Amino acid sequence: MVAHTDETVAPPTFYHQDEDHYHAGGGTVLGFWIYLMSDALIFATLFATFGVLSSSFAGGPMPHELFDLRVVAVNTAVLLVSALTCGLSMIALQAGRLGQVRLWLLVTALLGVAFVGIELYEFRHMIAEGATPQRSAYLSAFFTLVGTHGLHVTLGVVWIAVMMVQLRQRGLHAENHRRMLCLSMFWHFLDVIWIGVFTFVYLLGVL
Amino acid sequence: MAEHAHSGEANHFTLRTYLTGFIVAAVLTAVAFWIVMARPLSGAVAATLVVALAVTQIVVQTYSFLHVNSRAQEGWTLTAYVFTCVLVLIAIGGSLWIMFHLNSNMMPGMMSDPMSQAP
Repeated sequence: MVAHTDETVAPPTFYHQDEDHYHAGGGTVLGFWIYLMSDALIFATLFATFGVLSSSFAGGPMPHELFDLRVVAVNTAVLLVSALTCGLSMIALQAGRLGQVRLWLLVTALLGVAFVGIELYEFRHMIAEGATPQRSAYLSAFFTLVGTHGLHVTLGVVWIAVMMVQLRQRGLHAENHRRMLCLSMFWHFLDVIWIGVFTFVYLLGVL
Repeated sequence: MAEHAHSGEANHFTLRTYLTGFIVAAVLTAVAFWIVMARPLSGAVAATLVVALAVTQIVVQTYSFLHVNSRAQEGWTLTAYVFTCVLVLIAIGGSLWIMFHLNSNMMPGMMSDPMSQAP
């Protein structure tokens, strides 16, 4: 107690001192994570809406008449493999191999395009059968939920395209590291949301 | 230098984490689709199992792909994630609970309508 009255005792610090120890993108990555969590809340409201309206068919088509689970299984596989290729590009990023980063990003983008393409094919098939969003509250909720996820994947593909240009122009510098980190989080987040979609919309709908 | 400067201790990804996560996720997905497509179980048991598989897979992918753990960002990603999970459960569970009761209390006619029965 007596020793603490000494003038030479350093004043207490209530902040993180060794900031330089942290990587430059730390704040951005955490901020982007918060954005993803808010995006999860958007999907939560869409899932809740879908759940509430999941039996409001209004005499229209029912899930087991609408969905071909084989198509959904293929789409799920495509998105899951794209998550792995996205991960492989992050591994290559850590190893500093620019060529591999771009190769795996390209594969991820192509799988993303395939996913959106299969989904649009499914939508077109449904609409051709008269299962449009206007047909029933169930179908409105279905197209809103699945369409919002598809829109996210589409924007993810656009982001990958922009990332490819940035990597080509500037290579693997600190900013591109940070961007890649955010991009991979976005892509994996969409795969997590898709687990909810294929389970609650397709599997439980058909069951 | 690049590794330390940009990856951070908890953001260090290994091929093994990704491959393990991918294989486990693929198996969980395949089992869920098999349960629904081959119908080895009755409705309620199958539905419970499919939901359990989905929850497991969400946890697996969050850990192995999104790298959420107690060390990343000093635990703030995990804190935000757990908080979001609570909000998601309240939003979805609360909506279903309230709306189901509204349906059964306010519109009894709808519940006897064969078209409004869940398949």
